[in-house]
Amino acid sequence: MLNVGKIEEGFVLDHIKAGASLTIYHQLGLDKLDCTVAIIKNARSNKMGRKDILKVECDIDTLDLDILAFIDHNITVNVIKNGEIVRKKDLVMPKEIVNILKCKNPRCITSIEQELSHIFVLSSDGESYHCKYCEEKYGKLM
Amino acid sequence: MRHLMSPLDFSAEELEKLFDLANDIENNPAKYAHICAGKKLATCFYEPSTRTRLSFESAMLNLGGNVIGFSDANSSSASKGESVSDTIRVISCFADICAMRHPKEGAPMVAASKSKIPVINAGDGGHQHPTQTLTDLLTIRSLKGRLNHFTIGLCGDLKFGRTVHSLINALSRYEDISFIFISPEELRVPDYIIDMLKEKNLSYKEVISLDDVMPELDLLYMTRVQKERFFNEEDYIRLKDFYILTKAKMELAKPDMLVLHPLPRVNEISVEVDDDPRAAYFKQVQYGVYVRMALILTLLELA
Repeated sequence: MLNVGKIEEGFVLDHIKAGASLTIYHQLGLDKLDCTVAIIKNARSNKMGRKDILKVECDIDTLDLDILAFIDHNITVNVIKNGEIVRKKDLVMPKEIVNILKCKNPRCITSIEQELSHIFVLSSDGESYHCKYCEEKYGKLM
Repeated sequence: MRHLMSPLDFSAEELEKLFDLANDIENNPAKYAHICAGKKLATCFYEPSTRTRLSFESAMLNLGGNVIGFSDANSSSASKGESVSDTIRVISCFADICAMRHPKEGAPMVAASKSKIPVINAGDGGHQHPTQTLTDLLTIRSLKGRLNHFTIGLCGDLKFGRTVHSLINALSRYEDISFIFISPEELRVPDYIIDMLKEKNLSYKEVISLDDVMPELDLLYMTRVQKERFFNEEDYIRLKDFYILTKAKMELAKPDMLVLHPLPRVNEISVEVDDDPRAAYFKQVQYGVYVRMALILTLLELA
């Protein structure tokens, strides 16, 4: 069994579907942050058989995790302070997702307008998103 | 400041006000002949649409205002690579209100977000064409006297026709409307429309034969099968003549049924139907001007 040390402050994202941790790493923009990240793939899990875990050492206010609710709401988010779990964060579907998804509709204005943010708005079904401009629907990422 | 992006931007009550104003304009054109004196409408048409552009221009001229603009992307700075955001900032300095048509979906919304003047979506790709829907609603309300308690048949290309989708959405807000969708299998209404009707518990049925349902209809909304929507010429040729409304078919209809069509028509309504008093598609064009006049006044807060 591989051991990864405790973190002092940050997040532990647990119960990630096995193999999905790298997608989440990119979706959260962790590649752009100057912080310590441990990606644990295919860890044994009683509940899931195999799972991925992400440990991110950072100021807990720096990371917007709402996108996780859209990616997979089964992910458990543990908030760590002083090396201890201080709370589990409830994931809420954000009303808007900005510059995380890209609109794939070639007829959408986002395909040609420079510097235009790709904005997705939560649809009335509460589960899917649609492009603010062309209303193209997007379901779950995974 | 308000813009018009989708026909649902206005509540049913706001639409009532708009249509009352349009009917007042129809009945008292002289009262409104100079109300926009000194005001300018910019028609920014990134793709050609002579009918819609002329309707907007005619509306502004009827109100005593002036018109500037361009009628295709090649005669604008878009051909030099200018963004919609920049163009509207510039146009905001020249005009008091803007009607924009653009081949890209959502372009008028981008313009509205940067604009200092009201922006009207005059059609954005296959997405929205709200002033056509307002035209349809005003025509029905003016000629039928109401926007509720009727059976409407929508016939032809119900799959790709954005005017049809938009009209169904708008009518779904009114009481006791029954929808009959008349189309070949290949051109049926999309599932999301059916889901919406089910969710709202609205009455609808899908049929192939126009003749069978003619006697039930209070309104018949005909559409053109658009060549540009097909990848396959063969499919287009097979489906383009699927429905042709003729004098003989009109004999099956109620004496007060109305025939509407967003125009242009090709051959789906035979010219022999034009003289039938129930043919309302050219009156519909006239109502399009009245509703655009009412819209310009409302958005300029001159009403």
